[in-house]
Amino acid sequence: MEKKTPLYDCHVAAGGKIVSFGGYLLPVQYETGVIKEHMAVRSACGLFDVSHMGEIVLSGPDALHNVQLITCNDMRGMYDGQVRYSPMCNEQGGVVDDILVYRINEESYLLVVNAANKDKDAAWISGHLSGDVQFRDISESVAQVALQGPNSVAILAGLVEDAQIPKKYYSFVQEADVKGIRCLISRTGYTGELGYELYCAAEDGPKLWNLLLEAGKEQGLIPCGLGARDTLRLEAAMPLYGHEMDDTATPLETDLGFFVKLDKEDFIGKAALVAAGEPKRCRVGLKVTGRGIAREHCPVYVGDKQIGMTTSGTHCPFIGMPVAMALLEKPYGEVGSEVEVEIRGRRVTAEIVPLPFYKRPKK
Amino acid sequence: MTILEGLKYTKSHEWVKENGDGTVTVGLTDYAQQELGDLVFVNLPLAGDGVTAGEAFGDVESVKAVSDVFSPVSGEVAEINEELLDAPQMINETPYDAWLIKVENVSDSEELLSAVEYEAFLAQGE
Repeated sequence: MEKKTPLYDCHVAAGGKIVSFGGYLLPVQYETGVIKEHMAVRSACGLFDVSHMGEIVLSGPDALHNVQLITCNDMRGMYDGQVRYSPMCNEQGGVVDDILVYRINEESYLLVVNAANKDKDAAWISGHLSGDVQFRDISESVAQVALQGPNSVAILAGLVEDAQIPKKYYSFVQEADVKGIRCLISRTGYTGELGYELYCAAEDGPKLWNLLLEAGKEQGLIPCGLGARDTLRLEAAMPLYGHEMDDTATPLETDLGFFVKLDKEDFIGKAALVAAGEPKRCRVGLKVTGRGIAREHCPVYVGDKQIGMTTSGTHCPFIGMPVAMALLEKPYGEVGSEVEVEIRGRRVTAEIVPLPFYKRPKK
Repeated sequence: MTILEGLKYTKSHEWVKENGDGTVTVGLTDYAQQELGDLVFVNLPLAGDGVTAGEAFGDVESVKAVSDVFSPVSGEVAEINEELLDAPQMINETPYDAWLIKVENVSDSEELLSAVEYEAFLAQGE
């Protein structure tokens, strides 16, 4: 039985087309459609319900020690109000999930995990705790929305005191007052655009959602569904668990080496990652040059030799062309090479191009 | 949602126009384009290819997914709407103008619905 997020009624009222995703009923799009929703985020602003994400709090004197053990990235030296991304590995170096770690204070960390992995992650994390640490899964009591796009800062500025808007990428303000609604606001997102994510009590979710939509109306803010969330993250080449990562591929193979600190004292999976040495596969971007749209799980060839598989792919609205990400055998991953993708039995040409496909213009 | 009088319909949401000269024109209904969402790619057969009633003759792709398009009749492709290859969004904008293929030498046909029957069929599904 799928769960509803605290915003379910808002989506239905707004004409959202509801689908099941990660155990939740969520809108894949509204009447505006995926393309307009995607473009709104690139040119104005979009609002997403991401309440399906899971939130786990680790607190106590040994919180940092435990966070360090389950993440590949190094969480030492963070300041209160900082966010860091990390893969979370199993003993074999495969990825259990990729998570965001929020440092509330030196003895309290908020972990944000993928919806589809929530139960697996909760079991994994609680099963590996040691020392003086408390584990709390607060997912059910939290609503989360993502306000994404160049106009997001102006929209927030009308609702929140300037000091409560996080200024640095991957930082957050823990107790912001959004017209009376208590929110944690972080400057994070999954679109490759300037944007914020706001967490509040589940019961305040609909109020926050409507407040933001109303305040952003003149700035071109529209609600956006999972469809646009996926095309936006693909265009920005952000990996998605279950596509670019899973229990069997290591973060080094999936181009997440930057977030793996092998010089860190110890973490689950480190021994396997060190033993595996240089990765044999790599994540690349493909621009489909032939006629067709490569989606996930399409075999990729050079001549008769299969060199890998696509992991995500679609027609990306802003760049206006079909692109895909693929995991390829390393020697074949060079930018500029021509490969062939098999799309439903048909070979279509593609070129390896640098990632990301889209990068936000710097002002 | 629009359903045009004078056209025939399939349960897989194609429309069929009998042209009176033995050929038929095939497209996707307004209901189909709404369900599919923004279309970004169309794959059509070539003129001269055979099509079979009830079997896929091409596909259309939205940002999210690919869907087969089924032929309401058996016959031979007389002409394809090449404009769609570069502008698949025409199917979303004007589904009853944005035809996909014309079929000649029609030898067989699926069970086709009238506009009224198609409307009732859609109502049933909801």
